[in-house]
Amino acid sequence: MTPATTARPRASSRRAQGELVTALIGKDLKVKYQASVLGFVWSLAMPLVLLLVYSFVFQVVLKSGIPRFGFYLMSGLLIWTAFSGSVSMATDSVVGNAGLVKKVRFPLGVLPLTSIGFNAVHYALQTAVFLAVMVAVGDTNFLSLNLLLLVPALIVAITFVSGLAFLVASLNVRYRDTTHIVEILLLAGFWFSPVVYSVSLVSAHLTNEWMYNLYLLNPMTAVVISSQRALYAQNPALAGGGHVLADPGIAFYLERLGLAMIIASIVCVIGLLSYRRMSGEFAEVL
Amino acid sequence: MTDLAISSSHVSKRFASHVGATSLKERILRRAHISTKDFWALRDVSVDILAGETVGLIGANGSGKSTLLKVLAGILRPTEGTVRSNGRIASLLELGAGFNSELSGRENIYLNASLLGLTRKETRSLLDEIIEFSELEEFIDGPVKHYSSGMYVRLGFAVAVNVDPEILLVDEVLAVGDEHFQRKCLDKISEFQDDGRTILFVSHSSGLVEQVCSRAVVLDHGHVMFDGDPYFASFELRKLLGTDVPSSKPDDAEHSGLVFGKVVFSNRAGGPPIERVAPGESLAIRVPVTIGEHWIGRVDHVRLVVMGVGDIPIWSMTIPAADLPQRAGDWALDFVVPECPPLRGRFVVAVQLSREAGQAIAAMRTSNAFEITGAQKIGLIKVDYVGYAEAGVVA
Repeated sequence: MTPATTARPRASSRRAQGELVTALIGKDLKVKYQASVLGFVWSLAMPLVLLLVYSFVFQVVLKSGIPRFGFYLMSGLLIWTAFSGSVSMATDSVVGNAGLVKKVRFPLGVLPLTSIGFNAVHYALQTAVFLAVMVAVGDTNFLSLNLLLLVPALIVAITFVSGLAFLVASLNVRYRDTTHIVEILLLAGFWFSPVVYSVSLVSAHLTNEWMYNLYLLNPMTAVVISSQRALYAQNPALAGGGHVLADPGIAFYLERLGLAMIIASIVCVIGLLSYRRMSGEFAEVL
Repeated sequence: MTDLAISSSHVSKRFASHVGATSLKERILRRAHISTKDFWALRDVSVDILAGETVGLIGANGSGKSTLLKVLAGILRPTEGTVRSNGRIASLLELGAGFNSELSGRENIYLNASLLGLTRKETRSLLDEIIEFSELEEFIDGPVKHYSSGMYVRLGFAVAVNVDPEILLVDEVLAVGDEHFQRKCLDKISEFQDDGRTILFVSHSSGLVEQVCSRAVVLDHGHVMFDGDPYFASFELRKLLGTDVPSSKPDDAEHSGLVFGKVVFSNRAGGPPIERVAPGESLAIRVPVTIGEHWIGRVDHVRLVVMGVGDIPIWSMTIPAADLPQRAGDWALDFVVPECPPLRGRFVVAVQLSREAGQAIAAMRTSNAFEITGAQKIGLIKVDYVGYAEAGVVA
């Protein structure tokens, strides 16, 4: 026998679900910032600190030689932190809302989506500030058609992060050590993505073509290098720009993103299936 | 009115307690079969609730009431069987479920209504009504973490009833509110009943269930023990809980040598047992007692009280000392009523042996009951009356 629940569908139910996600994101933002004097400014603190630390390590100590290292870093770091923030927040999205899951009937799928939305809001604001700073210092070369590369990059990122978010959120209900595993994998993922170093170094050192392709297979690597191509080093006069990026053209990135999209889609399907399969028992396992 | 609002068909719910299986590491490292201890919270529960019914769900702690409510609400998935519902469900399973303690009451109204499936626009149009019903006007913009539990439940109930649900599921939360708010909730519930909406609520108060519900379901260890008239349901529940017998036994030392047997109802003294009797028929109640030598001469009288719902005494009968045997051994105390009064209901009896001063020596209450099946539909007693109407008369 298959358990079934039929309910009269409401015309506005899709819209209400969308509004529920918005309401939950709004709740998280309010809870996080309402009692702090600086409020939203805090969301800029983390990238700023990382900027200082990585600049010190990679420019001063290790002398990576990447021109305008801060801009390079930010063009990859913001999308990465949005990604890793979404995944780690999603891990706890069901378990952390146990009271809700056990006592209220609502579309459970909104929980991981809220984690993504919450981080997307931060990403949008941080990116806006980042672009404003670039404009302010007179580096306006990113304002070109290349910027559109962000669109497919973000589509891949959203697909991939959705899949992972649904996967880890559902796994964490049954297996609580998912949190630790996710933490470790995200840390590894960060260093395996060319955020603080140049991808050209990787191609230079990974002489084995096969290894290099394996390195690029990570969908977030494709997203990060595309984001860097879109936001950084549009200025041909910028010395070394060509050496820092993986490829001066656009086609290379589209190809990478296409491949990443296939992987991201597979992960997305796995994540959604896992979530759908396990969501029926959330209320009793929690 | 005969549409099914919500129904469960052969629903069973098993809770598997995964022993140590909450670690992915363990799951991978030792693939061994993980032993699970199963617990069936519901067993083959089939309940069809029609639109417009108000159903009380009663039972002892752990009988499966809340589980059934959660299954019907769609929060828990049944292990076996199916649940169907027709109409928007609002459930109020715990006070403040879905509230965020950091947010204000107003923000929580939006959040809660959103969880119940309302758009922001719809909520805005209901906001004033919700705040007014909750009577929290002056606190509505303060964080709910400063609310008392009564205020929590007021806000939660105000949202749940004002989101226009066709089916309302309420767990035992109303008990938290003060009397004024409880009255308000009951008024709202009867308003719902008038609108033909469906209400299902869990309660420990059989009085409330009798007062409000048109039907009651008694659960015991996950099984439906009774489904029907709330009045009989609460009787059934008392029997299950064992509260139909006195909780404190008389002093053992005093009690020794005095044992009650099972009370038998019949049509004549010593006749075959019956369970119901019609008004006007004869009723005999036999109370067997085994009495020791010590008590001979000390029992002054035996009193039997017939009690209705809520242990209300209906009438009493006494056998004086003069009519009691002066010999130890088995006694049969017979109380014979030649013509049963025109009552309707289920009755139990309490028997007490007393000393001269009226102090109790021993007392007992029956766990079995007898019914008097009066012809009238509503009311405890039958009264002779005339009823008529006149036109054009101003009082």
